[in-house]
Amino acid sequence: MSWLTNFVRPKIQALVGKKDVPENLWHRCPACDQMLFHRELSDNLHVCHHCSCHMRISAVTRLDMLFDDGKYERAKLPAVAADPLKFRDTKRYTERLRDAETRASEPEAIVIASGEMGGVPTVVAAFDFSFMGGSMGQAVGEGLVVAARLACDQGAALIAIPASGGARMQEGMLSLIQMPRTVIAVEQVREAGLPYIVILTDPTTGGVSASFAMLGDIQIAEPGAMIGFAGRRVIEDTIREELPDDFQQAERMLDHGLIDMVVPRGELRDTLIRVISLLRQKTPGELVPKIAETGTTLAIEVPPVDALPGDGAPVASSD
Amino acid sequence: MRHFLDFEKSVAELEGKIEELRHLSDGEELNIADEVGKLQTQAEKMLRQTYDKLTPWQRVQVARHPNRPHASDYIDALITDFTPLAGDRAYAEDRAIIGGLGRFRGWSVAVIGHEKGNDTDSRIDHNFGMARPEGYRKAQRLMAMADRFGLPVITLVDTPGAYPGAGAEERGQAEAIAESIRSCLGLRVPLVSVVIGEGGSGGAIALAAANTVLMLEHSVYSVISPEGCASILWRDGEKARDAAEALRITSHDLLEFAVIDGIIDEPLGGAHRDSEATAKSVGDAVATALDGLRGLDGDTLRTRRREKFLEMGRNGLA
Repeated sequence: MSWLTNFVRPKIQALVGKKDVPENLWHRCPACDQMLFHRELSDNLHVCHHCSCHMRISAVTRLDMLFDDGKYERAKLPAVAADPLKFRDTKRYTERLRDAETRASEPEAIVIASGEMGGVPTVVAAFDFSFMGGSMGQAVGEGLVVAARLACDQGAALIAIPASGGARMQEGMLSLIQMPRTVIAVEQVREAGLPYIVILTDPTTGGVSASFAMLGDIQIAEPGAMIGFAGRRVIEDTIREELPDDFQQAERMLDHGLIDMVVPRGELRDTLIRVISLLRQKTPGELVPKIAETGTTLAIEVPPVDALPGDGAPVASSD
Repeated sequence: MRHFLDFEKSVAELEGKIEELRHLSDGEELNIADEVGKLQTQAEKMLRQTYDKLTPWQRVQVARHPNRPHASDYIDALITDFTPLAGDRAYAEDRAIIGGLGRFRGWSVAVIGHEKGNDTDSRIDHNFGMARPEGYRKAQRLMAMADRFGLPVITLVDTPGAYPGAGAEERGQAEAIAESIRSCLGLRVPLVSVVIGEGGSGGAIALAAANTVLMLEHSVYSVISPEGCASILWRDGEKARDAAEALRITSHDLLEFAVIDGIIDEPLGGAHRDSEATAKSVGDAVATALDGLRGLDGDTLRTRRREKFLEMGRNGLA
């Protein structure tokens, strides 16, 4: 066995080349348990064909699907103290950071990029949930500060895409102060008269939802995304009641008037382009990019463009 | 009723003895005064020894001490003509956050604070200092009014955290906290915050994005409660003691990290042993902070507050 795995298999892999042998060709949908072929899944923007479950995706996948032709420039993140508290629980924080870096293939839980959407300059701050649950410590906070400054410098719209459990405990109060810091960041964008749009993805909770992530000019959520402040279990323990299944889900947030729209992943790019254009290109003479000309590379299972407007419209509260 | 913490037990016993002796001395001519004096010195020494080396977890106990003065005690002691104001004008009056107008050492101010209550009824009435969105929206409303009238704002922070309830979530707890932070940061008047007990996470910082953030010596300020942290990271709620150490939540730690601007000393044995003296120290510290801010114009106040937060955590970096 060991001879086979240690000697023969590497030899074969070296001969064949590793790139053609993805580790896992099939993914199980976490919602409906159906097996999905990896290529079909990525073609469908990691949305389940069967139940439309919007799976968690990496920050880079987000950037690829949103920018014009998938082209963008990543911003370099400034250095921050890696382990300011010398924090250790059952494991050292520095070890957790190293593991996270390997798992997420990113140096931190946020990626900042600038490029164009529909020909309009845009800066995106996208979270990577696979990096320590997208938790916000100094590096992530600094990332948002950098993103806001970049947006202001470039006269670009800022789009924040949180996917985060909240503040990063291992950085103690230095993570909590990222709440005011990120609020200042997005306030600067607002003061510069530039649009600030938030796409709430699964999950957005805690110190992230209670800071920059709730302050967008326009608040968009992906279907089924869990959005809230306190965690479900904490709430159930407090009120000693079982919560409904759709509690803290994007659709319910929409009904409660807390967000503007729930937009399927395949329609996000077109929606963003339309909204940014409406906010920025205000006169008939200005060049308005046509939504129909974009998005074709993305839309797999997306309704035709002329069917779009109704989908995203705010819905009046029913209770 | 006086309440003693576990690590105060020996002091409590000694003080019990002193009380007893005092009662005895009423009837007898014996020279008990000497004895009482000796015991008192001993009790004081013991108290000093204990409080000089409080562990972070012990500080959490002190910060949550049921006899520790709360926001309303400081308002009673420091604010004249206090006029409480109520409601968020949209849904409810949340008594977990109290606030209003009043005079602080002659100056008209707005005061906002988390209130925990001091007996069972008032604790329930104030929801143990755990605010719902309405509380934060009331705070925003008061801050906006203070801004309009050019009144400095004083906030007193003392909360286990924002209330984790179903209704609170569905009325936008996250948004209410976010907007409250924005309100703090947008003020063109001086904003001074004092963490008087428990600075519990987002629910605390919602009122504390201030020009000057002070902490009472034995108060704590943390991203998550030690219990919460222990149950998530150690998967064992019993490890709260370890979490309290690791999280660096004491006033001295946070001054070192420059997350706060100053520490207000407490009387020997903690604020709960002498509310009056504590209130005076808090009053003096707030007055000093306000004196330093009063001459600045609105834009400067706001810009400096922002710059202070933007600079935080950048120290010592290449």
